[in-house]
Amino acid sequence: MDQIALDVAHLFAGGLVLVSFMLLYQDRMTGLINIFALHALVVSLSVAWQAHIQGAPHLYITAAIALGVKAVVIPLALHRIVVRLGIHRTIEPVVGVGQTMLAGIGLVALSIMVMLPITAQAGTLAREDLSFALSVILLGLLMMISRRNAVSQVIGFMSIENGLILAATGAKGMPLVVEISVAFSILVALIVIGIFLFRIRERFETVDIHLLHEHRGEQP
Amino acid sequence: MIYAILLIPAVAAALLAVLPDDRTSARLNVVASLLTLACALVLLVERPAPGPFLIVDDLNVVFIVLSTLVGFTTSVFSASYIAHELEVGHLTPAYLRFYHAMYQLLMFGMNLALLSNNVGLMWVAVELATLTTVLMVGIYRTPAALEAAWKYFLLGSVGIALALFGTILVYLAARSVLGEGLDAMAWSELVEHAADFDPALLNLSFVFLLLGYGTKVGLVPLHAWLPDAHAEGPTPISAVLSGLLLNVALFAVLRFKSVMAANPLALAPGPLMVSLGLLSVVFASFMLYRRQDIKRLFAYSSIEHMGIVTFAFGMGGTLANFAGLLHMTLHSLTKSAIFFCVGHIAQIKGTQRMADIRGLTASHPVLGWGLALGVVAIAGLPPMGIFMTEFLIVTSTFAREPALAVALGLSLLVAFGALLLRLNGLAFGEPVGSRAPAQASFVPIALHLALVAVAGIWLPPALVAWFQHVAALMK
Repeated sequence: MDQIALDVAHLFAGGLVLVSFMLLYQDRMTGLINIFALHALVVSLSVAWQAHIQGAPHLYITAAIALGVKAVVIPLALHRIVVRLGIHRTIEPVVGVGQTMLAGIGLVALSIMVMLPITAQAGTLAREDLSFALSVILLGLLMMISRRNAVSQVIGFMSIENGLILAATGAKGMPLVVEISVAFSILVALIVIGIFLFRIRERFETVDIHLLHEHRGEQP
Repeated sequence: MIYAILLIPAVAAALLAVLPDDRTSARLNVVASLLTLACALVLLVERPAPGPFLIVDDLNVVFIVLSTLVGFTTSVFSASYIAHELEVGHLTPAYLRFYHAMYQLLMFGMNLALLSNNVGLMWVAVELATLTTVLMVGIYRTPAALEAAWKYFLLGSVGIALALFGTILVYLAARSVLGEGLDAMAWSELVEHAADFDPALLNLSFVFLLLGYGTKVGLVPLHAWLPDAHAEGPTPISAVLSGLLLNVALFAVLRFKSVMAANPLALAPGPLMVSLGLLSVVFASFMLYRRQDIKRLFAYSSIEHMGIVTFAFGMGGTLANFAGLLHMTLHSLTKSAIFFCVGHIAQIKGTQRMADIRGLTASHPVLGWGLALGVVAIAGLPPMGIFMTEFLIVTSTFAREPALAVALGLSLLVAFGALLLRLNGLAFGEPVGSRAPAQASFVPIALHLALVAVAGIWLPPALVAWFQHVAALMK
């Protein structure tokens, strides 16, 4: 594999980690959704590039799904939900942005230190791709725990999913990648429909899922 | 036959989604589940050769027969439960149609996960099963039900995402040995060639898989979704969640465990499973004391028992594996029987608060004694079968790790105390609340409890030989 192909693949994968960091410090819902659309765009570019250099045309389907569903349809739907629920500017981080970013840097370092030594046999392409993918997954988890609001948790989950798609396409020749990405898209679509249909806001006056404890009936 | 097990639920789900009449659909649900059970029983004698996607082997046949059996009995219970829900107006006919279609889709997902010979396909199937249960947990649309469904959804999705990353790593480990393509994701090939895989990659993948699928097993500290999902959904779903879906997730962990065990250089998977299992048992048995909601009580008891089973499989060895497998089977039967009773009781009393339910043996003798018998079984009293399996697990652990056995035995006692304390309040004393006669289906309850009682007294030699064979295979 020539050097340029590898470099471009790393550019996209590294770009995805960067966009994951951008997700961490957004303080407005609109900005968060736009950055997520960018996240999906980068992942679809990365998948399309993998399809090109691996000569695997079926991966173009995965790229198209990522582009169509996650970069266009879901951000539009989320924008509508946010406007309807009137929560454009309410992001309630559990800890400050500074600590979150520091934790994020730590997680990226961790994933590189974990993945690089053990993937020596897996080939150069898969090697860096996997450490980037694990970084994206861990950053997504960090986002899910550092936000209280349901919409930003969903975005965190979808960024985890983008990281998984990056990992799956980086593992050259993995069967069922398209099927898995379709299954994932259904999951994500259901989550978004879930927010919309369940109308968490209407029932609870807030999308803060912290209120769950009140419904447990465990308090005497 | 192997295709019939998948086709019948799939076709039934499509039919039930369009059938308008609720009586017919409840009956169709029962018939489809019975047919699936019949096909699963055929697999016991006639076993097709493994293909690239589907496989029947000694291990999964146990799970399939158990799963279709409990699926069938639960559909019988569900018919009477749902009729009552429709009567009191908790559910509308449109929701009912949705409910029945989802029930069969759940059966399809679980059977596919158990039968799949491909790690990717199994992942998709577990995801499908998760989604259908999420939708059913939220079906009452009360604030509590929606919140429970949402919590289950988020935690389940994160778990399933971690499991997918682990699956990708397994493929990478296998690819350098088996080459690209379907072979590198097939169980039959993975186990056979696991000795040549890169141990470091396998280690990392197992951590992700254990945490990912472990979330779905309900292992502490990943259990947070489980009590809420059990308490707020319809009771037939609590029964299949506890009785079946947790087993399916555990089955996935066991499959990967056998891959790990086949590689001498890889991390031993046992200690990880033992620690998570023991933690679950200790935590859940103390949590049993403070419950006020009857379904939550038994949900925590499910966490405890899945912990025991994980512990047993983690200890490994033929005896512990045998006990673990039997314990899992008996727990599924007992816990679903308990949920059948609890479902009818909660409907009659109109509440799930244990403080408002008393004196059941006087007001509703059959349900009350059924519940009492179920709780006696689940608490591990002789002569019921669970006493025997718990005894086997504790004694076999004593021989190898006495300290662990003491911890396990003590928490079993703690759980025993909590369950009997609650049972005393529920079943005996002066009855309170409604004394309306139960429109219950007693056959599933009686069948399950009878099987558990018989297992405690006399196990058919054929069954023992079968389970011992499977236990020896699992290493």
